[in-house]
Amino acid sequence: MTEAPAGERAPTEAPAEGRAPTVTVLGPQRRPTIAPLPAGTVAATVTAGWREREADDAELNSLLGGRTANLRLHARWQDVLEADRDLATAEVNHRAVLEELQDLYALRVEQHERAVEAIRRSATRPRTKNAALADAEETLRLLDAQHLARTAEARADFDAAWRPGDREAVLRHRAEVGALLRDAGVLVLAGGHVGVLLHVLRLFAVTPPGEVLAWSAGAMVLTDRVVLFTDGRAEAYAAGLGLLGGTVLLPHARRRLPMDDPVRLGALARRFAPATCVVLDDGVKGLRQGRVVRPDGRLG
Amino acid sequence: MTDSTRRLAINRLKDRGPLDAGAVDRFLARHEVPIVEGRRCTFLFRGEADEVWVRHRVLGLPDRLPLRRLRGTDLWSVVLELPESSRVEYQLEVRRGEHYEHLNDPLNPHRSHSPVGSSSVVFGTGYVDPEWAQHDPEARQGEMAEVAVPSRALRRDARVTLYLPARFRRTRAYPLLLVHDGPDYLQYAAARTVLDNLVHRDDVAEVVAAFLHPGDRLVEYADSTAHARFVTGELLPWLERRFPLTSQPSGRCLMGASFGAVAALSTAYRSPDTYGSLLLQSGSFVFTDIGSDHGGGPVFDPVVRFTNRYRARPRPVADRVFVSCGVYEPLIVPNRSMVPVLSGTGMRVRYVESRDGHSWENWRDRLRDGLSWVFPGPRKYVYE
Repeated sequence: MTEAPAGERAPTEAPAEGRAPTVTVLGPQRRPTIAPLPAGTVAATVTAGWREREADDAELNSLLGGRTANLRLHARWQDVLEADRDLATAEVNHRAVLEELQDLYALRVEQHERAVEAIRRSATRPRTKNAALADAEETLRLLDAQHLARTAEARADFDAAWRPGDREAVLRHRAEVGALLRDAGVLVLAGGHVGVLLHVLRLFAVTPPGEVLAWSAGAMVLTDRVVLFTDGRAEAYAAGLGLLGGTVLLPHARRRLPMDDPVRLGALARRFAPATCVVLDDGVKGLRQGRVVRPDGRLG
Repeated sequence: MTDSTRRLAINRLKDRGPLDAGAVDRFLARHEVPIVEGRRCTFLFRGEADEVWVRHRVLGLPDRLPLRRLRGTDLWSVVLELPESSRVEYQLEVRRGEHYEHLNDPLNPHRSHSPVGSSSVVFGTGYVDPEWAQHDPEARQGEMAEVAVPSRALRRDARVTLYLPARFRRTRAYPLLLVHDGPDYLQYAAARTVLDNLVHRDDVAEVVAAFLHPGDRLVEYADSTAHARFVTGELLPWLERRFPLTSQPSGRCLMGASFGAVAALSTAYRSPDTYGSLLLQSGSFVFTDIGSDHGGGPVFDPVVRFTNRYRARPRPVADRVFVSCGVYEPLIVPNRSMVPVLSGTGMRVRYVESRDGHSWENWRDRLRDGLSWVFPGPRKYVYE
């Protein structure tokens, strides 16, 4: 297994034994590059990002060498919602609030990007144009920061009001998950729905053992700021688990971002600076193989 | 060789000189009919007749396109411009003496079906029958249920076909799609398959859909107060009591085609704070700028009154409106004219045109654009 080099790990959550886990980030696994685990190593797997297909993990288990325990976080989440209908109702409302916040923020980002395009097209004097674009970039960073603050506030309000971590149905599953993790040498985080993944990892207080192997959405949740990107547009989404600080991960970028447009790529890099935007192409093994998006829009 | 200089197959056949029945047999066996070559399409008919025409409803072309007989044969032809990605429905009209016959093209196996019957259909270069409208064994199917909703407004039990997405759970809250002309959308626009596939592919959010069965649709859908009262005052609460639905306007969409689009807009007009989105396909938004000669006949009178009233004092009735129309249908002008009226109210409007006519396949083909915009799926969250 490829280890992440020193400096690529900036854990903000302490692992079980109090030391930073080693994180290995892979590119998207449509063509799997996972190597079998060393003999005797048990992997706790998380395929909750696949949602209802969570249990379809036979191929993954086979690639890992067979000694795996799927934490079944999606199924556990559904079980909690069935068992605790008050929490389920509150969660529905909470998700509606978060979705509306995201939609309203996306609307503002969209309008903002239109304005930037208009500035690029219509401004004629380099000095005024550059000043306007710099101000616009600052405004966008402010939008991102405000959105993250609003969503964090909404999550905190929900947690304070409903205390999911103290509820019986959640506690039971947390204990079971904790037991599975104690026996595991590595936590494997597959991709899928990044929002679902982040939610269940928090709900069941998943604390990584010594090693973490992650790709796609599984890797994105390990950063300190999860950024969504599709149709050429990026949106800040939420704070991640913070095991990979200072990094914005962009798996599948070729299909989702304007990779042949250095102007827009450069704007993306500057928008999330000082974090480094890293493109994770198919076949990447380790963060260092990812391509960094530079402030001028070139890929390094 | 460019499209304009390439010799058409029918012209190459003509150039061969005297033709016998065998030569025509071999020609037809070699070609799919109508013969589409670049932007040109050759319609053919074979048989004894005095006159033959292509009948169609393409705006801008003569209603009847005469075919000419190829000398010495019983093969008739006419060449028509067929722009890229076009889809055109047509029939043939054949005159033998005093007898006129309308028929689907016997040389073309492709048919389009609608409530008023079937017609032949030809596809221009580049037209793609969307694969997301075909059955996908990987996509789990939603459940269908027939219900009867008592309606004082309509003075009948209104039939509704419900669609619940695969893996429906009561612990979630679903957006609601209210579909006018429900049975036709299901039968002729593959609405169930489309929903199954688009939900499966994360293009569209998991939705509950209510497919409405109209009574006399030309009355109920023509700006009827009773219909609007039924949908907003009776059906919506009935559904909300029984299913876990999003309680916000953003989670409610009214959809319809032709008169159904008028019904959707007029229902939202009467309850401007209830619905977040409208999906209007080839709406019959006929209007007059002066006088009352709208050309649509008496059934259009209430529609024209409503459209004129709305155009005179437009107001927002939803947050977003998806409008689509085929450029070959007579309603293209009213629909184009409605776009600035709708967007001028501040509503977000997305307008899509296609080289197609007033048909269920046209409406089916635009469903991904429309549904993924009004109820986007979780695609932006999914990184496999």
